[in-house]
Amino acid sequence: MIKQWKFPGGIALGDHKQTTEIRDTALPAELIYPLLQRSDCYATATVYPGERVLKGQVIATQKKPLTTPVHAASSGVIKEIAPHLIAHPSGLTDSCIVIETDGLDEALPANPCLDYHLETAENLRIKIAQAGIVGLGGAAFPTAEKLQALQPIHTLIINGAECEPYISCDASLIGSHAQQVVQGALIMQYILQAERCIIAIENNMPATLQALHEATSQESIQIVSVPAIYPTGGEKQLIKVLTGKKIPANSLPTDHGVVCQNVGTAFAVYQAIIQGIPLTERIITITGKGINHPGNLRVKIGTPIKYLIEQCGGYSQNIQRLIMGGPMMGIALSSDDIAVIKATNCLLGMTNNELAESQSAMPCIRCGDCSTVCPAELLPQQLYWYGRSGQLEQCQDYQLFDCIECGCCDIVCPSHIPLVQSFRSSKGELIIKEKQAAQAQLAKKRYQNQQQRREKEQQDKIAKAAKRQAAIDKIKAAAAKRKTQGV
Amino acid sequence: MQFSTSCSPFTPANTSVNQLMRQVLIALLPALGTMFWLFGYTVLLQLLLSSITALLAEALCLWLRKRPIKVHLFDLSALITAALLALAIPTIAPWWISVSGTLFAIIIAKQVYGGLGYNPFNPAMAGYVFLLISFPQQMTAWQSPFLFLPLSDSLQLIFSGHLVIDGLSSATILDHIKTQLSLGLSLTGIQSSALFGNIAGKGWELISLAYLLGGLWLLYRKVISSHIPVAVLSGLAIPTSIHYLLDTGSANSALFQLLSGASLCAAFFIATDPVSAATSNSGRLIYGILIGLLIYIIRTWGGYPDAIAFAVLLANLSAPAIDFYTHPKPLKQQL
Repeated sequence: MIKQWKFPGGIALGDHKQTTEIRDTALPAELIYPLLQRSDCYATATVYPGERVLKGQVIATQKKPLTTPVHAASSGVIKEIAPHLIAHPSGLTDSCIVIETDGLDEALPANPCLDYHLETAENLRIKIAQAGIVGLGGAAFPTAEKLQALQPIHTLIINGAECEPYISCDASLIGSHAQQVVQGALIMQYILQAERCIIAIENNMPATLQALHEATSQESIQIVSVPAIYPTGGEKQLIKVLTGKKIPANSLPTDHGVVCQNVGTAFAVYQAIIQGIPLTERIITITGKGINHPGNLRVKIGTPIKYLIEQCGGYSQNIQRLIMGGPMMGIALSSDDIAVIKATNCLLGMTNNELAESQSAMPCIRCGDCSTVCPAELLPQQLYWYGRSGQLEQCQDYQLFDCIECGCCDIVCPSHIPLVQSFRSSKGELIIKEKQAAQAQLAKKRYQNQQQRREKEQQDKIAKAAKRQAAIDKIKAAAAKRKTQGV
Repeated sequence: MQFSTSCSPFTPANTSVNQLMRQVLIALLPALGTMFWLFGYTVLLQLLLSSITALLAEALCLWLRKRPIKVHLFDLSALITAALLALAIPTIAPWWISVSGTLFAIIIAKQVYGGLGYNPFNPAMAGYVFLLISFPQQMTAWQSPFLFLPLSDSLQLIFSGHLVIDGLSSATILDHIKTQLSLGLSLTGIQSSALFGNIAGKGWELISLAYLLGGLWLLYRKVISSHIPVAVLSGLAIPTSIHYLLDTGSANSALFQLLSGASLCAAFFIATDPVSAATSNSGRLIYGILIGLLIYIIRTWGGYPDAIAFAVLLANLSAPAIDFYTHPKPLKQQL
């Protein structure tokens, strides 16, 4: 047993997890890939409508090194590159590549590697980037970038703590592919040259723990069961629990010699390096009382949600919300006509009984429970007051941007104040304000430059005029002189 | 298929104002039961009077302020104010005492300031002080414990005031000690009085223990945190003990002080009202110690025998300042 620490705040939530065997899904007629990878980060399409693509073929890339391309998950013809609904809290549409599958599922030849120890870390990182691997825990940060640490790394943490209720895709992945997950973890440990590698699992998953212990009996990897307190699966929270280190808001775990990767990511790394196939599939938990046959499904990235729900027996009658992600931090989708992306770990159909009733918020009674449970050690109550009264600078002083929007404060608030919603709106206002300030600054700079330029032009003009005048005067003087001399 | 959307988290809150208040009301039951056993129906009538008045006054104010009446009546906060006030005033006080006290508490001390969540003072204590200053005679005539009044007598007493019963009222123990000490008697002499029970006032000590029971249950249920009760009780017990050690002749023991008057009720039920208390943990400790200290000071040197209401109101007044100085402002970066 290794020593464990406690992260501040957090709450115990009912888990609602059903770790089931992974089911395969049939091939959908269409696969849809948004070009938007993460916020403000777009990929460029490398295919044209009408072109035939194979499974595993790159259909969109990004220019920067170590950024991740998008691969087709099955063979077919590019139908269009057009605006389509994407998974966004505001229900936005954005450019997407649509593939009409041909049912052949014809793949590009794989490029397996028998012994990764023969490769350099740099080569492995490039392979991981080229396989399109991003953090599959939900943040979708490019894995290769995370594996390129500037500081020496001492600890690699494989995050299997699915702290949000309902989600069990990582647990079921370990249940069926523990060996491969461990291999993936070892590859990442090799790349980072980390002294130790820890796989963390919540202590309410004994079967998963058992599977991992069996898979790692030969390896140096430590398996740790951490207390099931939400949000223990948050990167910074888990690092605190396992290393006792507090990662401040403006720094990354790598600055402190720690790297955290998701279990699903480890599996994808195994597939990319050992089997030589890119990331085109992932495990998704489809669950909730609003779904008729919930379960964990192996899903081709790009599959429309509508199709997946059909594979799960459709919606039950009283479904109210369709959520991508968990019930604490997920986003509510306005429609199921949206495709799953690499970051989709769960689709949750919630009925009225499971949902937070939309009852009106009562006044704050200053009980202070919100700050007790805040894992970022903030004062939600103060942030709420300041945000409500438009004192955004005070919000910033009270570290609003440290808020991870985990929702703990909402859950314990007896007055049912939508705290996270209010923080998001304050953050949005601040971001807009900052952008406006930056624009104003730019405009000011431009204006000043223009003024300077004009002034200089004016001065030049005057100088030129003076020069000319001087020349004229000189000529005149000379002429006058000649005149007098002539006379 | 189209869906309506909302903002995360989607899981419902695991608590509500109503639920908290209901638990506080439940925790008051042992004290209410003990008082019923000691005094009879008078205490129930006072509770009924103040509850009905509180609900009507609250509804009227909400209607005038154009606020959702049902939601706020259902939050039970008015009932808590009513219950605390009803248990604090003498059980044989005439009906208009509890009615006017409750009206003051709800209308002036709570709704005028903006209702639940915005009142700077504990409404029940504001109502109590209003009564104590306005009607000192009625507010200091306490029913003798173990004199169980049946319903008919209680009704007659509270609504008409004409009922002659021998030994109906007696001084409370704190009051008794105060007057006797001022007459120059020694504490040991006073303690042999029939008013004394095992440790504190006869019968009254049982009520205090009933409050303690309810308060411990609230702690167990995590409705209140232990900071304020512990701070109040130590703020009272520590100076009392020092005083007792220095001057055994006229000072009371800490145990006596804790079991007398409404010390335990204040520590667990009154000072813990989150709206009018300090919010941070360190702030709550300071706030609680301040209340305990003020109770000690007022009981020892003040003009009034019991001090809870004044101590709580004075501490309410200083809560914003305590908050200002104790808020743990999140540090920029701690490495």
